[in-house]
Amino acid sequence: MSSLAVQKVPSAAGTTGATRGRPPLRSRIALVPTLTLLLGAVYCLLPVAWVVIASTKSGSELFSTFTFLPGTGFTDNVKDLNAYRDGIYWQWMGNSALYAVLGALLSTCVSAFSGYALATYRFRGRETMFNVLLAGVLMPPIILAVPQYLLLAKADLTDSYWSVLLPQILSPYGVYLSRIYAAAAVPGDVVEAGRMDGASEWRIFTRIALPMMVPGMVTVFLFQFVAIWNNFLLPYIMLSDDEKFPLTLGLFTLLEQGANTPALYTLVITGAFLAVIPLVALFLVIQRFWSLDLLSGAVKS
Amino acid sequence: MPNTKRRRLVTTAVVVTLGATALAACGSSDDDSGAESGPVSLTYWTWTPGMDKVVDLWNKGPGKKDQITVTVKKQASGDTLVTKILTAHKAGKAPDLVQAEYQALPTLVSNDALADIGKNVGDAKSKFAGGVWQQTTLGTDAVYAVPQDIGPMMFYYRADLFKKYGLSVPATWEQFAETARALKKKAPDVDLTTFSANDSGLFAGLAQQAGAQWWTTSGTTWKVGINDTATKKVADFWGGLVEEGALDNQPMYTPAWNKALNTGQQIAWVSAVWAPGTLTTAAPDTKGKWAMAPLPQWSSGENVTGSWGGSSTGVTTDSKHKEAAAKFAAWLNTDDEALQALAKESGIYPAATNAQTSGAFTTAPDYFSTQPEFYALASKIAKTTAPSAWGPNVNVAYTTFKDAFGAAAKNKSDFSAALDTMQADTVADMKKQGFEVSE
Repeated sequence: MSSLAVQKVPSAAGTTGATRGRPPLRSRIALVPTLTLLLGAVYCLLPVAWVVIASTKSGSELFSTFTFLPGTGFTDNVKDLNAYRDGIYWQWMGNSALYAVLGALLSTCVSAFSGYALATYRFRGRETMFNVLLAGVLMPPIILAVPQYLLLAKADLTDSYWSVLLPQILSPYGVYLSRIYAAAAVPGDVVEAGRMDGASEWRIFTRIALPMMVPGMVTVFLFQFVAIWNNFLLPYIMLSDDEKFPLTLGLFTLLEQGANTPALYTLVITGAFLAVIPLVALFLVIQRFWSLDLLSGAVKS
Repeated sequence: MPNTKRRRLVTTAVVVTLGATALAACGSSDDDSGAESGPVSLTYWTWTPGMDKVVDLWNKGPGKKDQITVTVKKQASGDTLVTKILTAHKAGKAPDLVQAEYQALPTLVSNDALADIGKNVGDAKSKFAGGVWQQTTLGTDAVYAVPQDIGPMMFYYRADLFKKYGLSVPATWEQFAETARALKKKAPDVDLTTFSANDSGLFAGLAQQAGAQWWTTSGTTWKVGINDTATKKVADFWGGLVEEGALDNQPMYTPAWNKALNTGQQIAWVSAVWAPGTLTTAAPDTKGKWAMAPLPQWSSGENVTGSWGGSSTGVTTDSKHKEAAAKFAAWLNTDDEALQALAKESGIYPAATNAQTSGAFTTAPDYFSTQPEFYALASKIAKTTAPSAWGPNVNVAYTTFKDAFGAAAKNKSDFSAALDTMQADTVADMKKQGFEVSE
């Protein structure tokens, strides 16, 4: 997208500007946003490029060669990472996938149910509930990590897969988004029509409302997936067994090996690079549902 | 405020009494041998690489005989781990055994997270230097941990470049300063070393060498001496050198620092016994060109060093098998087989004196192959470690060090003002926590 825009703008400015002496106003305006976006893209992509290039450098090249000069050690780095403590990295990768996929799925289900209910039904305390939820959106999850730990410790669930999954199932932001989306995408008339035809509430939700809400739910799923994949503090507090660690925690233990042990930079960088791949893949795969999201945003009345 | 203080004191007193009773109970059950019957399973939080292999030796050897199985749960090191232990302790879920740096012990003890294992570690005391052992007792009759590794400080320098620039190894800090100035004259773009405001432990070690006592107690009252005369001397010394430009002021452990060491832009490093491991990765191209010497002294004829790093093994108050856990902690850090394995698998420098000159430590580290007497010298230096005095909020002192000294080093401004900030912040935090602090 952005590269297309870049090509277009200067050529338009070049032809019209040269013949008429004075460039038309439109191309002048377009230049500034394009440059801003480009700058933003560079700002966002530069660190990614650094990780990609640094992961190809061997230990001796990492700090001594030019930053953006690709190294020669990528396969060795992957081999080392693979060999580190009998391939525990892949266990961490598997754990991250489990937490993120299962957590995001469950969270999306809960968000869909509650969002739909909040949008469709009128009941006492609905607004109060929604306002409490809004407060929850504003509350950073970091603040909740320690209380959640103490709570789960009472239930004897700490240091288990559940301790990381359970707190992430209820996402105030997901519920909020689902309610907004359900209110916009599922017209009250449709629900009413379903009731007239004698469909049960469950049937209306699963057969009529849910398909209309799918694009919004994809968004909730993606948000939750990324949030869980990148989450650090919650699993850090909850887990002590490093075979249950997600990637974020595992890589942290590679960095902090004690004052007298050098950090395993090459392994951490290679590990971070490999950890980004599933996220990129997920976005590429689910992207088409997102464009659907934009199209179906406005419901015809 | 006075109320909180009193409450804290009362709680501490109650806790100590309770702990003593619990231990007494433990101790008495010990009398009829085999009272603790049935297999015991312990968890151990540690960051030491390769610890699982060392623990395997226990599980297959002495542990099997005593039916005590230890499971390693590898953690990330640092202050965050102390917080994690305290959080777990709040829920009563701390592991049986934890690895803790010496300066973290008072924090853990004042939160009642570590148990007194004095009765269960046998004659472990005799295996350690007095100054090392004292750190695990906090000056009381109790024993809160068994020392594992230590980091006696030393002076590392590029032997080849010292020769090239015609420098001699400084024996006193006075000479150290002259060496730095002489080098600046000969090669203006080369620095002797850097003052790193990122490494609080290094500064604490240097102050310790000068005789500083940052935290002391009399009765139930703490005294904080971070800006005492000894520390002031150290701060002014380094501050002066930074100010006149004789030393670099950039932090250590950065890619830039690695590069400076690797390319000979910095030709010396005040570090500790574990430096070979760091240099291997930080400056791979200069292997074999470095040499080690004792730390410069404040007055000639003296023979004192500080320590940077090092850790111990403690048993938590949450453990249901304190006796068994203490037995393991003692084995891990005093048994010959265990110590050799720790040296081989984890590359630690043992705190136990007999292990410092045997086994893996009879030959110099690969990186220092040109200095075959490396470990013999190291062991001699280790014996001269000055006593240290840690308090319950070292983490706060360290954080303010990074902030205050970071700014001072960057602006090349007064270091002793930064020291006063550190003192004030540390005292304020202790008062806030409810400790009695004398002015």
